[in-house]
Amino acid sequence: MTAKIAVKGVTKIFGRHPRMALDLLKAGHSKDDIFARTGQTVGVHDASLEVETGEIFVVMGLSGSGKSTLVRMLNRLIDPSAGEILIDGRDITRLSRADLTELRRRDLGMVFQSFALMPHLRVWENAAFGLDIAGESLRSRRDKAQTALEAVGLGAYAESWPQELSGGMQQRVGLARALANEPSILLMDEAFSALDPLIRAEMQDELLRLQADRQRTIVFISHDLDEAIRIGDRLAIMEGGRVVQVGRPDEILKNPANDYVRSFFRNIDVTKVLTAGDIARRDQVTLIRHTGEGPRAAVRQLRERDREFGYVQDGRRRFQGVVSVETLLGAIERSNGAATLDEALLPGIDPVPTDLPMEDVLLRIASSPCPLPVVDAQGTYVGAISKTAYLETLGRTR
Amino acid sequence: MDFKLPLGDWAEAAVQFLMDHAQWLFDAIDLAVGAVAGGVQAALTSLPGLVLAGLVVLIGLWRVGWRFALFAALSLLIIAGLGMWTQTVDTLALVLTATTLALTIGIPLGIWAARSDRVDAVVRPALDLMQTMPAFVYLIPAAMLFGLGRVPGVIATIIFSMPPAVRLTSLGIRQVPHPLVEAGLAFGCTPRQLLFKVQIPTALPSIMAGVNQTIMLSLSMVVIASMIGAGGVGNEVLRGIQRLDIALGVEGGLAVVILAILLDRITQSFGTRNPAARPARISWRTVLCRRGVGAVPADAASSRTERVAEAG
Repeated sequence: MTAKIAVKGVTKIFGRHPRMALDLLKAGHSKDDIFARTGQTVGVHDASLEVETGEIFVVMGLSGSGKSTLVRMLNRLIDPSAGEILIDGRDITRLSRADLTELRRRDLGMVFQSFALMPHLRVWENAAFGLDIAGESLRSRRDKAQTALEAVGLGAYAESWPQELSGGMQQRVGLARALANEPSILLMDEAFSALDPLIRAEMQDELLRLQADRQRTIVFISHDLDEAIRIGDRLAIMEGGRVVQVGRPDEILKNPANDYVRSFFRNIDVTKVLTAGDIARRDQVTLIRHTGEGPRAAVRQLRERDREFGYVQDGRRRFQGVVSVETLLGAIERSNGAATLDEALLPGIDPVPTDLPMEDVLLRIASSPCPLPVVDAQGTYVGAISKTAYLETLGRTR
Repeated sequence: MDFKLPLGDWAEAAVQFLMDHAQWLFDAIDLAVGAVAGGVQAALTSLPGLVLAGLVVLIGLWRVGWRFALFAALSLLIIAGLGMWTQTVDTLALVLTATTLALTIGIPLGIWAARSDRVDAVVRPALDLMQTMPAFVYLIPAAMLFGLGRVPGVIATIIFSMPPAVRLTSLGIRQVPHPLVEAGLAFGCTPRQLLFKVQIPTALPSIMAGVNQTIMLSLSMVVIASMIGAGGVGNEVLRGIQRLDIALGVEGGLAVVILAILLDRITQSFGTRNPAARPARISWRTVLCRRGVGAVPADAASSRTERVAEAG
């Protein structure tokens, strides 16, 4: 996959003498130190990241961490002081005014936290705003605006005024405006942060649905980790103007780069991020079902390792079921020693897939008599989750 | 101590200098303003009185509501009944001329001041000066440079009434919410598109408030300008004062107040953003609220009579 957007060593200094501050930064002075010496504010410092085509990339950070500044440099609402920004391989920091205007009209849509709808335009005129600016004909503007409004479920409100709509509906108009000219990149600046939680969740689903219909590259700014994890394919965590970590949510959760990232994830609901595969452990006894290995051998193995349950696989490591010491002994007794492992399988044990979120594992594990077996898409046994292991995972991240 | 700062002498010398060396400029301005004023006056007086009155009532019905239209019809009838019709139309023509010219200069100046801090730094104290100078002070140089009559009256009125148009245009554009400007730029506006598609439409209520204020101020100044022969209802008020003729003063004053209320309410109605922002049906509450707003011209009218009284 090629990078749609590549940010390389981008720095933004706010103030009149960025050069002075840049030199100090290079010499290794801190943000506070530079402000004290020169009065220049470091907005973003040496940020580098790549956004792949078609992914939802979430930039996370507390307020003041530089995430809004970073995203505004992608369409040059703010000009970077140093560094390169490549979109489709082209360095946009060197574009002329005319080329930049063209790029904004064709390739970049933006959605704002405060909606930023024009109060003097009707809903459809707002949705058609970018098309109007680009000089499209009235007929084409109307058609495309209507299509975009229908995509966000507001087809019936074309003639309304924005101030007649609720917050959630206004942001749908904002979304329609950004989608109307079908840009390949969508920049969303805390787009759902001003909405109440129910509407926010609804808009997140709406975004995922739109993304499923047609893949766009979305850079989404958020300070809400739950939101980031819900919609983000990958995250970048920013702290004090620096990008401190980039990765998939579960990667970052399992391997935080520093205490700041760890504290960020402290209050996160891990059961939404981690899956059965992430917490499955391979410390159970596995038994291979083939002709030579009977119930007696299985009982011996389990006793040797002081285990109650055994996880049965076939010759190709596919999961077959779970046996316990008790069921094995029962089978031996019934059949006078000629039993197979199959006769000793516990009834009603269904393995869970590796990608099942931890929150959905909870009920299954609660009702399971034994540690819950986990299998991958091919049915291969990858491990089991005990109640203890589940609770430990919850406890470790609190 | 006999020393006196000869500021007045300097000002006189400056005006004299202008008269000696730039008379051609003032002649040109005289000609242009005279042509506009004459044109507007001719247009208004060429209409039969009934047509003009009907037009005002219809605009009131369209923009404000039937109650206001009824009020307009009655009050215009009163003006005619007082025998003040011709003078009132003359005053209206002066107001329209002065306002048009003041806005033609003031709104672009306001836009310029909003876009450049340097221009703003120059314009702001100039506006302060224009607004704090007593209105009569403009009359003297205007009369010296342009003689007596309609043109100096219009020019003094333009100077007196322009500041709110400049200020409120500049303020309105500077107060356009930053996210709207960002949205405009993010979708690829050129600077010109940003101005005409985002900033001016968003600032329109503020700009219209400036237009309204300019009209009200020019009405008050036009009355004062009758002292240098601008004509109109102001003449009647002035005659009333000079002769201590209470009857004439009250009649002229009433005509001014009526004109003020009509102009105020109609121009204010253009300041509301769009039909959604205006109530579809006029309730008693909104009528009362608007009465409250309508009190502004009445105040202006009373301070106006005070000023005229001082002059007498």
